[in-house]
Amino acid sequence: MTLAMQPKERAVPGSGPATAGAARTTAPQTPVVPEVRMPRHLLSAADLDRATAEHVLSTAQRIEQAMAGREVRKLPTLRGRTVVNLFFEDSTRTRISFEVAAKRLSADVINFSAKGSSVSKGESLKDTAWTLQAMGADAVVCRHSSSGAPQQLSSWVDGHVINAGDGTHEHPTQALLDAYTLRRHLGSLDGRRVVVVGDVLHSRVARSNVLLLSTLGAEVTLVAPPTLLPVGVTGWPAVVSYDLDSALVGADAVMMLRVQRERMAGAFFPTEREYSRSYGLDSRRRDLIADHGIVLHPGPMNRGMEITPQVADGAGSVIVEQVANGVTVRMAVLYLLLSGEMDNTATTTDSAGGLA
Amino acid sequence: MSTSMGGKPRPVLIRGAAPYGEQAQDLLLAGGVIAAVGAQAATDPRAADAETVDGAGFVVLPGLVDLHTHLREPGREDAETVETGSRAAALGGYTAVFAMPNTDPTADTAGVVEQVYRMGREVGLVDVHPIGAVTVGRKGERLAELAAMAYSAARVRVFSDDGDCVSDPLLMRRALEYVKAFDGVIAQHAQEPRLTQGAQMHEGIVSARLGMAGWPAVAEEAIIARDCLLTDHVGSRLHVCHLSTAGSVEVVAAAKRRGTTVTAEVTPHHLLLTDERAVGYDPVFKVNPPLRTASDIGALRQALADGVIDIVATDHAPHASQDKETEWDNASPGMLGLQTALSVVIETMVRPGLLDWRGVARVMSEAPARIGGLQDQGRPLAVGEPATLVLIAPQAVWTVDPDALASLSRNTPYAGMQLPGRVVATYLRGRATVSAAALVGG
Repeated sequence: MTLAMQPKERAVPGSGPATAGAARTTAPQTPVVPEVRMPRHLLSAADLDRATAEHVLSTAQRIEQAMAGREVRKLPTLRGRTVVNLFFEDSTRTRISFEVAAKRLSADVINFSAKGSSVSKGESLKDTAWTLQAMGADAVVCRHSSSGAPQQLSSWVDGHVINAGDGTHEHPTQALLDAYTLRRHLGSLDGRRVVVVGDVLHSRVARSNVLLLSTLGAEVTLVAPPTLLPVGVTGWPAVVSYDLDSALVGADAVMMLRVQRERMAGAFFPTEREYSRSYGLDSRRRDLIADHGIVLHPGPMNRGMEITPQVADGAGSVIVEQVANGVTVRMAVLYLLLSGEMDNTATTTDSAGGLA
Repeated sequence: MSTSMGGKPRPVLIRGAAPYGEQAQDLLLAGGVIAAVGAQAATDPRAADAETVDGAGFVVLPGLVDLHTHLREPGREDAETVETGSRAAALGGYTAVFAMPNTDPTADTAGVVEQVYRMGREVGLVDVHPIGAVTVGRKGERLAELAAMAYSAARVRVFSDDGDCVSDPLLMRRALEYVKAFDGVIAQHAQEPRLTQGAQMHEGIVSARLGMAGWPAVAEEAIIARDCLLTDHVGSRLHVCHLSTAGSVEVVAAAKRRGTTVTAEVTPHHLLLTDERAVGYDPVFKVNPPLRTASDIGALRQALADGVIDIVATDHAPHASQDKETEWDNASPGMLGLQTALSVVIETMVRPGLLDWRGVARVMSEAPARIGGLQDQGRPLAVGEPATLVLIAPQAVWTVDPDALASLSRNTPYAGMQLPGRVVATYLRGRATVSAAALVGG
């Protein structure tokens, strides 16, 4: 299988043999090539239309396949490119995932964390952005506690901005890795029922997943106590339920969200125990989903709170696999965002370094 | 401007302008008053050495009065000063502004309100009337010396903790009662603090999508309802600042029907902009209370037309760039308004036929002057009345350029927008503060 990761081929997503994913089985005989419109920045899952989202996922699939047989798990694709991990909020998991992804594509990675940096000395987001701009960052992976900060950043830098989680807004690469994981186990997401459970109000994971999974044809059901659902949830492409048991029956997948214990202080729910009884995933509830159904959690888990250890480590749990898929999907995102500019600089070396 | 303070102003003969947008006629301004109107104006002996202004096509209104302005001085002279705010006001057609007390130090003593009052007089472009804080330091803990401010040289009649709500019901009751002694009014920033902890924007469809903590309409409506009942109980006067929701309109309408002495204001931005502006996270659209929905805007416009809402007040809130060019949730709330208010009212109220020019005079001059207790502002355009008026080119269209505004700050939400109506001239007691759409002596 030849899968040269050349930008020229990138524009023809239907051409590669590995792109015959489950989603294409219903495609008409005449070769329809849906237009792939990779956005300049990945700020929201809403930036991806169906064709583009599927292109990202199939690219990730090709990367996974290409990496599988390699002794040196590294591709030269982004050699000479600089990826800055700009983390205003601690998140070791996400930062490491992006770091590994960028390094496997041979990019230079700079970790810029707010603690102990100029940011902790009161530097503004705009000044930080200009600093990165002056240093010539090709991509900025931004995690921030303020909703919208990566979008603001994108107006101040020339490089590609990837939202690695902003406040209570979005976390689009988490949704991509979840979708990737779901497709590996379920095939096409068309008509698949995914139940998302927990603190939807404060969850960037939930927002991105609702957008992306519905774009990919899945039916998303949100289950939470009414206090942890936004008042404006009526505008979302999702079904809302307060009853976990009935929502789980026959579901293709259930995604448990992390519930922070400090939410109790805001009177969102009375006690940990009551939350766990009403909205926690235990073995009895886990058995309600379809036989082929899977259990996801973005991590880090509160074992015993939203999910019991038996379920987290039991059959159908794909929680560890999600982490591995996170690296693959982030490689695909970095590659697709950054390689678009490589047309002029693409050399035979790059071609040779493609996925062969 | 010190230059405009010296000497008696030369008489002015405005030819063929339309008071209240009605019959075009001549007006002679002399001795600080409207000396003659109509055919007598040109033949009056004082017209002989008058400066003649061609008023053809222009509308004349009494000078505008803003019951809700932030001049930032003392304390934040990097955002605005009494002088720069006065310039913006005059250019916007205003002849009087009420300065909110959330300065540093807080305007909660006779000393500070007199300082602001004096600075306003020294600049001399508009009458600056300080609003006194209701509570010491606007902390909502104990009453400030309201009577001392009322009987100071600044003659304070309006009291507000604006920026914060007087949320303690007992303190609010006492404040309402206490100011009856000097016919004061409590201007309430209606925001239940517990319902709006960390709130960033209107709670609804857009906040859910943008992942921002919501500011629910009920947090405003509940306070207004409570305060109307308190006002009934103690027989005082309540003014509702920047009313922003359809539900608040219903609460005020019901109170007025039963005779509550409540008045209410709406800002230009709440008449024009919706919460959809927050998409993109540009903090120039962050304001408190937040931009609401299209249906709220419809209700606010209708309420202003019907008189349920009494006045338009700008809530002109200058902020230095470092307080706006930041993450949304770290940004200061507020937007400029003095130089765009009249245009926005023309756009949202006059053009759709909801208000005529008499109505504009009522909501932007007469009623705010009455609520604020001003005797010489918001007066009729008639012989013997103060020559305090504004000349408007209603057909002119202009594009808002933040850099061209007189304010020290640039946080206008209307940048790049085309708005109707320009202020051609502003007269304060017969003296031009703005002429040919430019500051006199500026």
